[in-house]
Amino acid sequence: MIKKLFSHHETFVFLAIVIFSLIITFINPSFFTLENMFDLLKSYSLMGTFAIGVLFVLISGGIDISFTAIATITGYVIAVLLLQNGEQLNIVTVFLIAGGIGSLLGMVNAFIIYFFNIPSIITTIATLNIYYGILTVLSKGKWLYGFPEWFGKYTQMYVFKLHTANGTPYGLSVITAFWFALLLIAWFILRYTVLGRSIYAMGGNIASAKRAGFNLLKLHLFVYSFMGLMAGFASVIQALLVQTVAPNSLVGKELDVLAAVVLGGASLTGGTGSVLGAVLGVALIAIMGNGLTLMHVPSYWYKVVIGTVILISVGASAYRHKVSTRRRVIIEVE
Amino acid sequence: MEPFLSLKNVSKHYVGVTALNQVDFEIYPGEIHCLVGENGSGKSTLIKIISGTVHADPGTEITIAGEAVHGSQAIDTIHKGIQIIYQDLSLFPNLTVAENIALGQVVASRKHLVNSNELHRIAREAMARIDVHLPMDALVGEISLADQQLVAICRAFTSDVRLLIMDEPTASLTRKEVDALLQVVQEMRSRSIATIFVSHKLDEVLQVADRVTVLRDGKKVGTYPAAELNDEKLTHLMTGKKVTYLPFTPSQNSQQPVLEVRGLSKHGYFKDINFRLYPGEIIGLTGLLGSGRTELALALFGVHQPDSGEILFEGRAVQFHSIPEAMRTGISYVPEDRLTQGLVMNQSVGKNITLTILDFLRNRFNLLDQRKVQTSIRRWVEEFAIKVPSLESPMQTLSGGNQQRVVLAKWIATNPKVLILDGPTIGIDIAAKFSIHETIRALANRGLAILLISDEVPEVLQNTNRILVMHKGRLAGEFVTAQTSLSAIQNLIDHPA
Repeated sequence: MIKKLFSHHETFVFLAIVIFSLIITFINPSFFTLENMFDLLKSYSLMGTFAIGVLFVLISGGIDISFTAIATITGYVIAVLLLQNGEQLNIVTVFLIAGGIGSLLGMVNAFIIYFFNIPSIITTIATLNIYYGILTVLSKGKWLYGFPEWFGKYTQMYVFKLHTANGTPYGLSVITAFWFALLLIAWFILRYTVLGRSIYAMGGNIASAKRAGFNLLKLHLFVYSFMGLMAGFASVIQALLVQTVAPNSLVGKELDVLAAVVLGGASLTGGTGSVLGAVLGVALIAIMGNGLTLMHVPSYWYKVVIGTVILISVGASAYRHKVSTRRRVIIEVE
Repeated sequence: MEPFLSLKNVSKHYVGVTALNQVDFEIYPGEIHCLVGENGSGKSTLIKIISGTVHADPGTEITIAGEAVHGSQAIDTIHKGIQIIYQDLSLFPNLTVAENIALGQVVASRKHLVNSNELHRIAREAMARIDVHLPMDALVGEISLADQQLVAICRAFTSDVRLLIMDEPTASLTRKEVDALLQVVQEMRSRSIATIFVSHKLDEVLQVADRVTVLRDGKKVGTYPAAELNDEKLTHLMTGKKVTYLPFTPSQNSQQPVLEVRGLSKHGYFKDINFRLYPGEIIGLTGLLGSGRTELALALFGVHQPDSGEILFEGRAVQFHSIPEAMRTGISYVPEDRLTQGLVMNQSVGKNITLTILDFLRNRFNLLDQRKVQTSIRRWVEEFAIKVPSLESPMQTLSGGNQQRVVLAKWIATNPKVLILDGPTIGIDIAAKFSIHETIRALANRGLAILLISDEVPEVLQNTNRILVMHKGRLAGEFVTAQTSLSAIQNLIDHPA
């Protein structure tokens, strides 16, 4: 049982989280409080939502860099709509519009990758620049704020509510709850649907998937438009969290999300990864970022620490793989 | 009786290349039909067309179970009961055994949800049909190659299979497993399942086939009842040439061994190995996969460090701590997998040949002397009769046999005295094989001492003067080639004392 547990990458990430948490709490006890935890869950719902989409793409054997640009576009579109016709919209329509546009932009990626057979990394670097470039030209970099009142109240809406000693409310935000719901759906798709298992299969060996009669176009379309959907949702979460939409606030964060998902055990060569792993990867990044702040470490160190942790994590998992394969090829000698 | 599958007038042109030219092919229910031909003869293209992953040129007529089909996709042929076991097995290493076996079936039945009970049930039924037992929840990437082969076969039995196509199914199996597989094939005949069997190994082909179709250069040579064929006739039909082997005898008679190994051991790899290799000799080294052959060779080439024992080179005790040391002393090793280890596939032929001798091609400024480079490339291409469109052509445009010759040229260019060849003809066809064998003999006649490692006992018998058999890391026996037989050696490999 224990042995099986340690064959999972997730176990190691979880242990790393526990160790970091202990160290941080030892230095600054305010880290390990419910208030701080709920706060972290709320603010990292953004990265967590991106991570779900990235996870799907990585499992399928591809990579997507363009999701921050997609989110920037969807965020800007809903911001403009909110400012112009804010009273005719509600939270559901906002999510639907952002998700719909995001899915369409993701489909564009899928079509290019599938029909022109261009590596996904090249395609999405190109579309990142195109999407982001067009938006910058059209928006002239202008920040948008001053959304309707109904849009602002979701930040302070809780599934359940507690109060600190001095009366400040905190609790499980509806934003976090929404992220949790997305996680559940993603977990169900990957685990219990033919579609999900087909994505794993395609990531494991795309030539075999073609021969086995999988519809590769459909799989590509699903994976990249799902990524776009998550990007669209994430842009609404971002707008809810900060109540401002700035064209330059998301692009540049692609690699952080990618790092979190890889940290959680997804492989860049495709075929592996889990929702639990992705959540743990995001959690580890969140805790390190928050912990360093609470320990009063200058923020410049943040990137150094993140980079080191990623290297150690990915290196350790590659080493375990190497050891396990070496054990297999050993020859029987009398 | 009408044929289950019939193809008429199949042609396939790629830009500048004709892969298939007006080929007819048909197979009846319950028939075992072997498809043979050299590399590039069009076998794979024909299979891809049947599978629906490649579409033939217009004018082709395909009939499956009496129904004309046009532009069908992989999933359509699967629905019609055609299953293919590919040479590379086409498995998903990241999924479990049960998923690998059953997932295709679940996809084909257009279900949306999977549950592990159903996957297990489908996999269990498929396993039962050919009577094998595999761990359901093991990842396919972590089980042995032979088990992976069985997974691929089981997968073909998840649906109502009516035609099973096996592309080089025995390439990675031991003899025992081959026998078991051939038995499965025989049994399918009794259940009216048609089988197309593609193989390089002619003895297997003749053992199981009802009929044999021979392809050469994209054209059909003919279809023959297997009973009318033998090894020699089949080779002749495939290549259009007569291939005969003369026994190999060393042209030199030296008293001083160039390489001697005394009591060489490495824990977990090989134990107490003794042999001598004389100039001009070709020694065969055979044994089962995993018997320690390759590991021994790598120790002689400085990759592994032996724990105990001695290596003597021209009478001097030597120790190699690295590959360059072994190469400087005069030992070259040509690896087993020519495609992944021996060549840089997207680089030119010339660059590949000179890769090992760049040090000798420097001018006084320590830069590459292009004139020297060109001269030595031309010399080796000529010496090995490598057929290339130009010296700048990338390796991947060459045929298998020519690629293997480039590998040989690359290592001979270092001017070695001992050449270790590990499976030099794996996966290449008869004609290319024959010309590689001729090259090897020619090298030995020039005084090179050669250690030929091979799975194929006939290859070892045809091309060596002495044979060593390894078993579980030890030398199980030594034979003089002229005084032994196929069965004696095979017997020792399968049932060592």
